[in-house]
Amino acid sequence: MRRIGIDVGGTNTDAVLIEEGKVCGAVKAPTSQDVTTGILDSLKKLAATGVLKGADGVLKKVDGVMIGTTHFINAVVQRRHLTKVAALRLGMPSGASLPPFCDWPEDLAALVRGGVWMVEGGHEYDGRPFMPLDEAAVLKAAHEMKVAGLRAVGISAVFSPLDPTHEKRAAELIASVIPDAAITCSSDLGRIGLLERENAGLLNAALADLSLDTIAAFEKAIHDSGIAAPLFITQNDGTVAEASQARRLPVYSFASGATNSMRGAAYLSGLSDAMVIDVGGTTTDVGQLKLGFPREANSVVKVGGVRTLFRMPDLLSIGLGGGSHVVLDPLSIGPVSVGYRLLTDAIAFGGTQLTTTDVAVASGVLDLGEKARVAHLDAATCSTVFAEAARLAEEAIDRMKTEAGDVPLVAVGGGAFLIPDKMAGVSQVIHVEHGDCANAVGAAIAQVSGECDQIFKDMTRVEAIDAAQSIANDRAVAAGADRATLHTIESEDMPLAYLPGNSVRVRVRVVGDVAATS
Amino acid sequence: MPLTDITIDDIESLAVGAWVLGTGGGGSPYLGLLNMRALYKEGHRVQLMPASELADDDWVAAVSNMGAPLVGQERLTDSRTIARAVDLMERHTRYRFRGIMSLEIGGGNSIQPLMAAAHLKRPVIDSDMMGRAYPEAQMTSVAVGDLEPCPLTSVDVRGLESVVEKVPTWKWMERVSRKICVEYGSIASTCKAPRTGTEVKKWGIHGTTTKAIAIGHAVREAQRRHEDPIAAILSVEPGKVLYKGKVVDVERRATEGFLRGRTRFDGMDEWRGAAMEINFQNEWIVAWLDGKPIAMSPDLICVLDSVSGEAVGTETIRYGQRVTVIALPPPPVFLSPKGLQHVGPRAFGYDIEFKSVFAS
Repeated sequence: MRRIGIDVGGTNTDAVLIEEGKVCGAVKAPTSQDVTTGILDSLKKLAATGVLKGADGVLKKVDGVMIGTTHFINAVVQRRHLTKVAALRLGMPSGASLPPFCDWPEDLAALVRGGVWMVEGGHEYDGRPFMPLDEAAVLKAAHEMKVAGLRAVGISAVFSPLDPTHEKRAAELIASVIPDAAITCSSDLGRIGLLERENAGLLNAALADLSLDTIAAFEKAIHDSGIAAPLFITQNDGTVAEASQARRLPVYSFASGATNSMRGAAYLSGLSDAMVIDVGGTTTDVGQLKLGFPREANSVVKVGGVRTLFRMPDLLSIGLGGGSHVVLDPLSIGPVSVGYRLLTDAIAFGGTQLTTTDVAVASGVLDLGEKARVAHLDAATCSTVFAEAARLAEEAIDRMKTEAGDVPLVAVGGGAFLIPDKMAGVSQVIHVEHGDCANAVGAAIAQVSGECDQIFKDMTRVEAIDAAQSIANDRAVAAGADRATLHTIESEDMPLAYLPGNSVRVRVRVVGDVAATS
Repeated sequence: MPLTDITIDDIESLAVGAWVLGTGGGGSPYLGLLNMRALYKEGHRVQLMPASELADDDWVAAVSNMGAPLVGQERLTDSRTIARAVDLMERHTRYRFRGIMSLEIGGGNSIQPLMAAAHLKRPVIDSDMMGRAYPEAQMTSVAVGDLEPCPLTSVDVRGLESVVEKVPTWKWMERVSRKICVEYGSIASTCKAPRTGTEVKKWGIHGTTTKAIAIGHAVREAQRRHEDPIAAILSVEPGKVLYKGKVVDVERRATEGFLRGRTRFDGMDEWRGAAMEINFQNEWIVAWLDGKPIAMSPDLICVLDSVSGEAVGTETIRYGQRVTVIALPPPPVFLSPKGLQHVGPRAFGYDIEFKSVFAS
């Protein structure tokens, strides 16, 4: 098993090679404007270390290149590269006063809203149809979308997580009119909560063009590097999707950076249940690992000001990092940071801004810049600054714990030097080798998942769950998983009392390791 | 006192304040707020009228949405549906309503009368029948007063309309109207039994929309100025801080259509070392400090985020949240022996004698 993990961050693109469970190489290259160059550079740097070649000088076989990227979430936050979307909602006459985009920030809505169509359709909470699907109205909407030149379409329906048939039928009808339409059905994305699920679908549709271009750029970089391996994109939940699927559902990679860093921390420390603190340059994220995966948030998550219901890791971010501004009297740290200008603005590097990194240099914790420039910081001052950083971290850790006892803590990220070895509420602080590349490590070790979410009729509950599991297994294998390593991580079923013939809706999710391509 | 205009900023505050008065339940006012933003953008305006301005023989409509919060998240509240429930009642009784009031000021139902009022161009009466949120129809001031429970109109967004013409008791009204609501898809907009001006003046819980707006305004202002929002609430309401602490355990179970359970807290600041437990049935019902009951319904128990001052609901509270528990005074109507039969601790299955936090 040999995999390359790449994390495309705002400043650096990190690449690691993991071979037979060990990190064999880790490099950093600057992230480039055009995506391709930065990735190609990091792969070249990795190749230059010699780890990609065997003793015979021939390139070793790589089973997969897994890329984690913040491209898609940044596009939404920065309002760049977004496509105009046609919103089709099936649920009239309900919800007419709150149409699609109704709770979006005005600037984002103005960029994305290509048109809104609302027609009859949707279901009840118990599976009965709410209204029959108005197919003629869907076709009419499709023709109007075509005339308006819209190609990205987001479809939502009332209670579609329970019964997606109306959304799927509407998608067929639209595709019959606009053959190259990029259609997102809300039932592919979320749970109960129409506005939030619909918002997720509309964001996904808005990323249709960017997704196509970005994944193509990733593929080109890998091709140009000479590595012959399939491309996978890491997802919010710590698994990967093959490029073709990731291209269709880019929103699923929104939070993959944070997930990768937590999964990487689990892998590097060998712990599957622990708190993780990822200290970057500007912010610190605290999360909790359960069985090797980050605990998910169970509430509304805002992306670029839009309310959504994504499955995202439950993280607490605080303004503490290696570049945080330090004020000595009265003592305060952050939330403002010098960010990527650390190497020019911090005092130890000849700048004028006192940062946590300067304090670490003065106290001898870090060997960076020029120590003489920070000689005025005495030992007592340094230790009060470190104590304040530890207090901020302790409070964040305590807020994120789900039980009262002491728990182990894994510290990763470039600013992990701020985390002391002893902390309140923590049984043990673990600093790991390659902790500054935890994101790329998390990407390299990501697993493949398969999901089945459908309604089964005339079966016992056990038969239905078995059937769903077997479909999920097949899908995971089709997506690149090794069948022997599959196991179920989620299973839920809901009887639908009003449908004929003992109907039950079953949702099963399985994960497994990426299969070797020998 | 004449009618006053309700501004959109008042409604933003109402959504925050009504959630505080929801005492953990009542459903989020978010979708109602979105509807009102849209209506105000279209030029609609709503006025607020004190109950004292009603003539004795005026008729008043009392409205609320019934159903499962889950369904409300899919079949999104449409402001016109609640107006249709009032319209149906007017067609059925041939009354002309002078104004529209809320059944329940706590949570999402605080905004329903504003939506009806915007479409029907009538004022909102500044009174309700709970002064907070409660789970059942007989837990109201008008039920304590043994006022007539019927008729009731119930409509759904597809055009379904029902009238419950005759029931002997409020409990019967709960059973029959609940059944209709379930058949509609577990969501219905209802207009309760019409009330005369005399009845509203005698049995209404007065000034509650104004109160909710004031609480919400205090919280939002404090947030804007980075001041203590809890102190801000206590500057506009004669409440008491019961406890400050951190959530250490949440236990929930869904039984008989209610969300029941308990939340445990560890004390902070002056409550360090003191343990609190609060039991809930949709709303916070009884608070225990080190095993002793210190606050209970009908006193309002409000669990608030210590930093933002916003209410924390029984559906969403979770481990690690820093909260401040405050009590607000109950509507006097619930303090009579008859009132306590309807909403005292025994009405929720706790065999304890009611003692108010505010008893001297």
